[in-house]
Amino acid sequence: MTENELKFFIEVVTDYFEQVTGESAVMGIPYIKSDEPAVLSFTGLIGISGPRKGAIYFTAESGLLTTLTQEILDLADPDDDSLLDMVGELTNTIAGNVRKSFGSDFLISVPMLIKGRPTDILMRLKPPVFIVPILWRKDKAFLAVGLE
Amino acid sequence: MKIMIVDDSSIMRRAITKYLAPLGYEVVGTASNGQDALQLYQENPADLVTLDITMPQMDGLACLQALKDLNPRVRVLVISALSDSQTGLKALKLGAQSFLPKPFTEAQLVNEIQRVAGVQK
Repeated sequence: MTENELKFFIEVVTDYFEQVTGESAVMGIPYIKSDEPAVLSFTGLIGISGPRKGAIYFTAESGLLTTLTQEILDLADPDDDSLLDMVGELTNTIAGNVRKSFGSDFLISVPMLIKGRPTDILMRLKPPVFIVPILWRKDKAFLAVGLE
Repeated sequence: MKIMIVDDSSIMRRAITKYLAPLGYEVVGTASNGQDALQLYQENPADLVTLDITMPQMDGLACLQALKDLNPRVRVLVISALSDSQTGLKALKLGAQSFLPKPFTEAQLVNEIQRVAGVQK
């Protein structure tokens, strides 16, 4: 995957937070991860097939997902199932939106929802895996992209 | 007007239900995949269906085709993150009245629903 292609993902994440909350997320400098995965408490993972193979995941702590869910639903105290659903929908939106750039043969799976910090998650992505640090308000998150 | 909401995300189903509440439409049911949507539609037909595409078991495009086979007059608004133009065109060719890309705002959804419902041109 090229640096330019990674920019498509960064643009989509920026647009998502801007559109849904009116407040942009700040992207950190992407880096390549090969050993210990950058995984937080809630993760949505989407498999990619077609000419490009691999996976992407978006991972965040409950704080970011709670605030985002509250912005969308006015829910006072969303439960863990709602936070998992939120991270899955966010990941699905990122993967679906980059088809504007990658084309309609960039085939995406339904999101796999993961609570906790799996150590083997990088195995699902194709190296090199790019990690994009994200800061939205006071909360951090990571987007991982590993495509052939 | 009776509305059915189909999306595998419960957040999205709840958000769409909430955004449509002030319009006074009756939400006759929600489903999280195309198969359940078809069953629900046969039990309790809606006038307008909001339909996600990427869903387990049966995706939105297959469901759209089946819904149109059951009732060619049912109005369908496809709401999907698959924002490439080919997917939107495919949905329209299969008979969807409109396509709303995710993420969307409350105002965008309300505007699109009213357009598809024929309230606003």
